[in-house]
Amino acid sequence: MPEPPVPGAIIDGFRIGDCIHTGAQAWIYRIVEGVAEFSAVMKVPRFGPGEPAENLISFETEASILPALSGAHVPRVAATGDLAQLPYLVLEWVEGVTLESLLRRGGLPPEEVARLGAAIADAVHAIHQQDAIHFDLKPDNVVVKPDATVALIDFGLAHHMRFPDLLAEEKRFAAGSAPYVSPEQVLGRRSDKRSDIFSLGVILYEMATGKLAFGSPRTLAGLRDRLWLDPIPPREHARGVLPWLQEIVLRCLEPRADDRYQSAAHVAFDLRNPEQVGLTARASKSGRTAFLSQTRRWWRARREQLPLAIETATQARAAPVILVAVDTMHPEDPRQAPLRRVVLQILSVSADFRLICTSVIRAGRVTAGEDAAAGASDLHLEHRIRLRHWAEPLQLPRHRLSLHVIESLRAESALLDFAERNSVDLIVLGAPSPTQHALAWWRSVASGVTANARCSVFVVRIPEL
Amino acid sequence: MEIALLADVHGNLEALEACLRHARESGAKRYAFLGDFVGYGADPAEVVTIIARFAVDGALVVKGNHDEAVERRSGYMNESSRHSIAWTRAALSPEAKAFLEGLPLIVHEDAMCFVHASARNPARWDYVDTPATARHSAEAAGSTYTFSGHVHDQSLYFESAGGRWSFFRPIPGSPVPIRAHRRWLAIAGSVGQPRDGRPEAAYALFDTRKEEITFHRVAYDNLAAARKIRDAGLPEAHAYRVEKGI
Repeated sequence: MPEPPVPGAIIDGFRIGDCIHTGAQAWIYRIVEGVAEFSAVMKVPRFGPGEPAENLISFETEASILPALSGAHVPRVAATGDLAQLPYLVLEWVEGVTLESLLRRGGLPPEEVARLGAAIADAVHAIHQQDAIHFDLKPDNVVVKPDATVALIDFGLAHHMRFPDLLAEEKRFAAGSAPYVSPEQVLGRRSDKRSDIFSLGVILYEMATGKLAFGSPRTLAGLRDRLWLDPIPPREHARGVLPWLQEIVLRCLEPRADDRYQSAAHVAFDLRNPEQVGLTARASKSGRTAFLSQTRRWWRARREQLPLAIETATQARAAPVILVAVDTMHPEDPRQAPLRRVVLQILSVSADFRLICTSVIRAGRVTAGEDAAAGASDLHLEHRIRLRHWAEPLQLPRHRLSLHVIESLRAESALLDFAERNSVDLIVLGAPSPTQHALAWWRSVASGVTANARCSVFVVRIPEL
Repeated sequence: MEIALLADVHGNLEALEACLRHARESGAKRYAFLGDFVGYGADPAEVVTIIARFAVDGALVVKGNHDEAVERRSGYMNESSRHSIAWTRAALSPEAKAFLEGLPLIVHEDAMCFVHASARNPARWDYVDTPATARHSAEAAGSTYTFSGHVHDQSLYFESAGGRWSFFRPIPGSPVPIRAHRRWLAIAGSVGQPRDGRPEAAYALFDTRKEEITFHRVAYDNLAAARKIRDAGLPEAHAYRVEKGI
């Protein structure tokens, strides 16, 4: 039934009014007749030829779970249509404004974050107590009611622990919304209530800073960063964020569910009782976690991905591959040694790591003429020797190390192509600096690689000497 | 309408009576008996009498492998099962044996299919214990809902969008929506010989109007049932199973 119903039509005794929302998945109509208890809307899924099958599964999920939930934190359900004949859901229209509209102009004052955040945590706790997990918490799905309490809407990705999970096999789309999704969901796991706590953390972060803790990744690799990478502490974005609030937000955002709050009720409690919040190192963090512990987390996260990777990848990789980009054009650069120290520390995490040292040299510099081929080959060899010198102090056995000189005028795309072809898992490269040699290619490359890589990227910032 | 689904009674009169009482009090209007009424338990004659009475009143009844074994010598049963079948054969009246012998292997009604084991080849008594075997059975049944027994653990299988099948372990007492636009296969669990570590009798109730199934566990006097097995001189293991639910 790809055609939307017409306003004024009567469907199973419900007279529908205007269409108030046309989404990718469903149409929403006001109900003008047929529901006495509350103001209601009819949600009609878009499905049929030309519409994705997910729409119907998502609708079925919501139609199964919402009627099983009760309380002021979810819309009430008046009726569900026969899914095989005429699928629809008649539910309460929750008066209020979405959190999304409240955040459109940026972050909120800390006291508002605490008050409203606690109300959201209450709502999350209310559905958790009823054995449901929302799995798609984001500002669009949080309605702030006139009495300042919160209702959660859109249960299309939800899971009820006492029902079969219709979305379990639909890994392609069941993950959730990229900016808010938890690490477990990225891995396709849909059984942990603490996934909602993570999403709540992303919401609190956004409320406090006006920014997204992990951006809006559009690739799976980008999504996977949250398996190991911790976000920039909120205080770095908004000075008004006090240590206790940062503690709460970052604790919600721990990559390991065991390290998070174990209940949304605890989040609500802490937000209402700032003086009771036990401060840890999280509260005073002013930068991201030291690179070595991040690397350890990355490694751990990578192992967690392995079962999934084996399921999906045609060929499972035996060991992760690290690529370090070395500027062999400027061996005298004082930051060569610190970059090498970082690589050494990363490699010390596990003997399974394999290192590829690469240098991109400008092919255009090769002298033209009849000796061009010979000249190019000499230059290539020279840089290969420089790479070998660079890597020597690492003392890696031959099987863990390979050296590649790439000739290209465009270092960024050359590196990215190479990394992709070789299934690189982590690219390490130096950050540019204002005093850096003007000709050093990594000056322009770091940001481009970070933005476009399909794997994780480690940009090493070396303090000015 | 609520249909009670009862499988694998295995001669356990106490468990059957408890489930029938529970079903009646829960609003059951129809009854489907999904095979294996005899074997293991001490009261095959009484159990068959009750089920035959329900059949007269319109209950759906299909045959199980233990019911079939009463009429013919079966090669694949283990020693204690064989002993129990021989004992059962002696305990049943000619009428009871005729009733079991006359049962169909599979019954279709509306969108539902009732069969003891797999609908793919009911007489082969294949186990439906994986999403793949559930799919085979449901596809052979050709119905929206396939209800069976044979496997003693309560299970719910369902078809996903891509044609794949998934497994769900039901939580007793929790109604589960099973909407008619996708296929489902439910295993009701064993009334008379649960094996999941809980001795409570298992059965399920399907509400055709609400499109909901509720799997139930019903406590009953399992120690009395076990004592009767011992008193009848049947293998100790059968009594122990009923006692412990293993």
